[in-house]
Amino acid sequence: MKIKVKRIKEILGFGVLHVCMLCVLMILAVIVYDIVSKGSGVISWDFLTKPPVDGMTKGGIFPAILGTFFVTLMTAVLAVPLGMGCAIYLNEYARDDGLTRFIRLSIRNLSGVPSIVFGLFGVALFVDACHFGTSILSAGATLGLMTLPLTITASEEALKTVPRSYREGALALGATKWQAIRYNVLPLAIPGILTGMILGLSRAAGETAPILFTGAAFFLPDVPNSILSQFMALPYHLYIMSTQHHNIALVRPIAYGTALVLIVLVFLMNLVAVIIRYRLRKKGNAHG
Amino acid sequence: MRMDKKIRMKARKVEFFYGTTQILHGIDLDIFENNVTAIIGPSGCGKSTFIRLLNRMHELVPSARLKGEITLDGKSITSADVDPVEIRRKVGMVFQKPNPFPKSIFENVAYGLEVNGVKDRHFIEDRVVSSLKKAALWQEVEKRLHDSALSLSGGQQQRLCIARCLAIEPEVILFDEPCASLDPISTHKVEELILELKKDYTIVIVTHNMQQAARVSDHTGFFYMGKLVEFGRTEDMFTRPREKRTEDYITGRFG
Ligand SMILES: Nc1ncnc2c1ncn2[C@@H]1O[C@H](COP(=O)(O)OP(=O)(O)OP(=O)(O)O)[C@@H](O)[C@H]1O
Ligand SMILES: [Mg+2]
Repeated sequence: MKIKVKRIKEILGFGVLHVCMLCVLMILAVIVYDIVSKGSGVISWDFLTKPPVDGMTKGGIFPAILGTFFVTLMTAVLAVPLGMGCAIYLNEYARDDGLTRFIRLSIRNLSGVPSIVFGLFGVALFVDACHFGTSILSAGATLGLMTLPLTITASEEALKTVPRSYREGALALGATKWQAIRYNVLPLAIPGILTGMILGLSRAAGETAPILFTGAAFFLPDVPNSILSQFMALPYHLYIMSTQHHNIALVRPIAYGTALVLIVLVFLMNLVAVIIRYRLRKKGNAHG
Repeated sequence: MRMDKKIRMKARKVEFFYGTTQILHGIDLDIFENNVTAIIGPSGCGKSTFIRLLNRMHELVPSARLKGEITLDGKSITSADVDPVEIRRKVGMVFQKPNPFPKSIFENVAYGLEVNGVKDRHFIEDRVVSSLKKAALWQEVEKRLHDSALSLSGGQQQRLCIARCLAIEPEVILFDEPCASLDPISTHKVEELILELKKDYTIVIVTHNMQQAARVSDHTGFFYMGKLVEFGRTEDMFTRPREKRTEDYITGRFG
C-alpha cells in the first residue's frame, strides 16, 4: 500500500516536471516559429548581401550583418584575454583574503547592471575620455566590459573543475606555478572557458543598449573601413525598423528578417561553443 | 653493527600551523642517505603535513606557517631566498592517490624534463625509457607509450608516477601512502621497487601498514598528535620500542 502511494507521488512529481519542461519548449517553439514564418519571406541572397535602399524600405541588411560581426570580433579581441587573465589571476594567484572576495563580489554584481548603464558608461569613458569617438572600438570595448562578469565567472568555474592533484603533481616535478597553469590547468579548463566566452559574445552580439550611443549608426551606405568607423548592427537595425522608421508597417517584414538573421547568428555561435567543447573534451580524454 | 650513513635532510624544532591551529610540535628528525625512513602514526597526526614540508608543498595552502629549520645537505630549504622549484627538483614526491596527467604515458614521464628546460629529444626519450625501466613498468607499457596514462590500472598508474618522479633524478623521494589505493600484488611491486630505489635515492615513506614499514624501512618515526614520539632504527622500534605509546600503536592496541 505504502509503496503504491510512493509510486503515485513519483509519477505525479515527474508529471509536473514534464509539464514545466514542455511549457518552456513550447514558448521557445512559438517564438522561433513566429520569427521564422514572418521573417523567412524576405530572406534572399540580396537581402543578405545588399545595403538598404529607398529610405530603408527596400534592399538588404548587409552592412548590419557585417557591423555586428566586426563589433563582436572587437569585443572578443578585448574581452577574451582580459577575462581569462582576470580569472586566472583570481583563481590561481590571488590570496583568498577580504580584498579578493570583494573583487569577486563586485564582478558578480556587475552582471546585474542594466546594459543601458554600460552604454552610458561607454560614452563617458571610451567615446569621450579616450577620444575613440562613436566607433567599433568604443562599442566593442563597452560590450566587452558588459560581458566581463560572465566570462570571468565562467572561466573561474572552469579553472575550479581542474583537480588539485594535477597542480600538485606538476609542482612536485619542479614546474613553476605558471608552467603548471599553462600545461596542466589550462588545457583542461579551456573547453569550459571557451564556452563561457562564446556564450558571453553571443549575448553581446544581440545587445542594443550598449552600442546605442557608442558607435551604432542609423544608416550607413558603406561598410566600416576602420575600427574608428561607425557601424550598423543587427539588433539596432531591428530596433529602428520596429520603432523609429517613418513607415513601420511597411518595413515590418524587414524587421522580422533582421530578427531571423540575428537569431540564426546567435544560435550558430552557441552551436560553435558546443562543438568546441565537445571536440576539446574528446581530445582531452585521449591525451591532452 | 652497521655504520650509520650520512644525513641528507634534517628537521630541527619544526613547528607548523594552519592559520592559528598548530599541527606539528617541535619535530627533530634526521633522514639518512640511501635509507628508507618510514613515518607512521594514527590518522590526522600530521604525517602528510610533515613530509610535505620536506619539498615545500605546504606552501600551496595560503594559511600555512612554518617555524624552525629544515635542511638538505646542511643548507636550509625553508628560508625565503630559496626557490621552492629548485627544492622540488631535488626532493621528489609521489602522492597517495596516483595522479598521472591526462596525457600520454610518454608525455607524463617527459613532463618533468620539459618543464625544467630540457630540449634534446634523444635525451628525453632515453630518460623516459630508463625511468620506466627503473619503475618496473617498461615491459607493461613499451608497446603503448603514446596511449593515455589514464588507460593504465591503478597500480600501473602509481608506478608511472614513480617513473615520472625518477625522470628528473631527484635525490630524495617522498612517498605519501603510495600503496593506499593499490591491491596486494601492486603493493608488493611498489615495495620491491622502493627497496631497489634506495640504492640510488634517499626515501621517506608515510604508511599506515606496520608490516610495510617493517619490510621496507631502515628508520621509523612514530608521530602522535603532531609530535614525534619516537624515532630510531626500524628493527629496534619494532622489537623493543622505548615508548609505551609506540608499542601500543605498533601492536595495534591503540585506543
Ligand atoms: N589544508 C589544511 N588546512 C587546515 N588544516 C589541515 C589542512 N590539511 C590538514 N589539516 C589538519 O592537519 C592535521 C594533520 O593532517 P595530516 O594530513 O598531516 O594527517 P595525516 O597524519 O597525514 O593523516 P592520514 O593518515 O589520515 O593521512 C589534521 O588535523 C588535519 O585536519
Ligand atoms: Mg596523510
